[in-house]
Amino acid sequence: MRTLALRGRPVAVQVAAIGVGLVLSALLATIVHVSPTRALSTLFQGSFGTDFALTQTILRGIPLALTGLAVALPLRMNLWNIGGEGQFHAGAIGATWVALTFGGWSSGALLPAMVLGAVAAGGIWALVAAVPRAIWGVNEIITTLLLNYIAILAVAYLVTGPWRSAQRFPQTELFAPGAVLPRLGSSLVHVGVFFPLAAAAVLAFVLQRSKWGFEVRLIGANPEAARLAGISTARNVVVVMLAAGALAGVAGMVEVSVTFGRLQNGISPGYGYMAIVIAALARANLAGTLIIAVLFGGFVIGGYALQTLGIPAAFVLLMQGTILFSALAGARLAGYRLGSWLPTRLRARWLAKEEPSTL
Amino acid sequence: MLNLGLEGMMLVGAVTGFLAMNATGSVVPGVFAALAAGAALSAVHGFFSISVKADQVISGLGIVIVGTGLSAILGRSVIGTPPKDTFENVSVPLLGSIPGIGNVFFHQSALVYAGYLIVPVVWWTLRGTRLGLHLRACGENPAAADAMGVPVDLYRYGAVLFGGALAGLAGASLSLAEAPGWTEGMTAGRGWIALALVIFATWDPLRVLLGAYFFGVLDVLAFRAQLIGVHVPSTVLGMIPYGATILVLVLITALGARKRLGAPDALGLPYLREVR
Repeated sequence: MRTLALRGRPVAVQVAAIGVGLVLSALLATIVHVSPTRALSTLFQGSFGTDFALTQTILRGIPLALTGLAVALPLRMNLWNIGGEGQFHAGAIGATWVALTFGGWSSGALLPAMVLGAVAAGGIWALVAAVPRAIWGVNEIITTLLLNYIAILAVAYLVTGPWRSAQRFPQTELFAPGAVLPRLGSSLVHVGVFFPLAAAAVLAFVLQRSKWGFEVRLIGANPEAARLAGISTARNVVVVMLAAGALAGVAGMVEVSVTFGRLQNGISPGYGYMAIVIAALARANLAGTLIIAVLFGGFVIGGYALQTLGIPAAFVLLMQGTILFSALAGARLAGYRLGSWLPTRLRARWLAKEEPSTL
Repeated sequence: MLNLGLEGMMLVGAVTGFLAMNATGSVVPGVFAALAAGAALSAVHGFFSISVKADQVISGLGIVIVGTGLSAILGRSVIGTPPKDTFENVSVPLLGSIPGIGNVFFHQSALVYAGYLIVPVVWWTLRGTRLGLHLRACGENPAAADAMGVPVDLYRYGAVLFGGALAGLAGASLSLAEAPGWTEGMTAGRGWIALALVIFATWDPLRVLLGAYFFGVLDVLAFRAQLIGVHVPSTVLGMIPYGATILVLVLITALGARKRLGAPDALGLPYLREVR
């Protein structure tokens, strides 16, 4: 296949596209009267320039990497999980429930229980979209997205209602010490940094070596061939989305456990949405997702530094969009589509018109 | 053509509409600014989906991200600014005095009447004119349309720009008429609900109008319930439109499962002449 011949090149194109996107966004900074070079240097100084900034960048990279994997995995079989944001909030709710209910437990028992709570809640939230998609082909892009709004409102309801703290602020009580992920040595980095690494390693292994992984890859590459081979697309849609919801849920657990130490409104600056850009830029590659997640963590942190120059917070969104469109253009120039899995899907849909449309 | 960027176009339409109205003191330039802004943003989507032939899902999501960011930056100076001018409700002579429905349907802002007009015009254009036939051909079978001499890319650009302009207008209807003012993210997912509407209206403009009223009713019910003191938290009431959309989408798709439900055959696919 053509995409195989291009192995290696897409990475170079992607890196170039991110570079071009960054330069273009820096040029956009002139709109708010900041020189492009000043904007770029501030962005990098504020995200990777100092030890403190680098630590913060890595910490922001953790939820981004987990939600990024939650988008990348379904993308392997042409499913768009736009619901990372909602699954993140559901996971935060699940972990918080455990932390508030079993607060007396030692951390050795409480933390795994919180992870389980987050996995269950995030997974269930993903299933709300995955099951109708599997059975009737209900468009998952729209359902996962709308579920985000509901999950965010659910957090708002809980922190203003049943879980409201005694101080009457819209937040829960601070978690017991046992519910906080331990830091590594004297640094600010905590154990959560291993979650995305472990998740990516397990996923990579399972995708490459297991029968299930083969099924997922085959459905992604050629749904018609998978159908003829007797592979159940429906079952795999459910399993993949369940895993994705669990991953995003764990991201929510990490944030409430250690970043905030409680559940409150505004626990995510849109990780689930950035995750879509990250997974698309990484072309659903797992290692690539981790790397780009750290880069985007830098954008979040560097974005704060940009605000000191008078650049609005929303500028980071423009930057992401510019990079994404640069990557789309770069992919075209390099002669492949963003996402090597796409031409095969398009080809398959062309040949097999009977495949039910999902939108 | 799949346009997932509606939410972004609505936001940019809402903010530019409000800015233009505030600069000129009149809603009329606001409307034109919103139309132009929506169309401009949709042109980006058109360029990447039609000319670059990029994935339409990624391009559409990119538009949402850019639109959200752009609208927040543009609107920074006018958050909480009272509008200098808003659309007033006008009664239509005769029709407005029909008992019962007159006040509901014919005592509205000019934008609502524009909606009454646009829907049947679009419906008739799609069904009853050569332009509409060609347009549908470009969506169903672009290769055949191309062979007939229909300029596929031109039609697709036209449709995307028209849709973008309407999305911009929809945004302006929020910021100039329904809830005059600008707040970040004020569309609150309406662009996505609109996409769901198209699916359960099976791509029929008249049914889209019916569906839109159904969701309008839900929105108002959630709002009114609070006013009359129903003891349900506003956060829970706020979930209703989203939950109902998901529910209806699932029901309609399940009932019509395995049918194409009126979706154009080539939806989401770029037209590549060389693979014809």
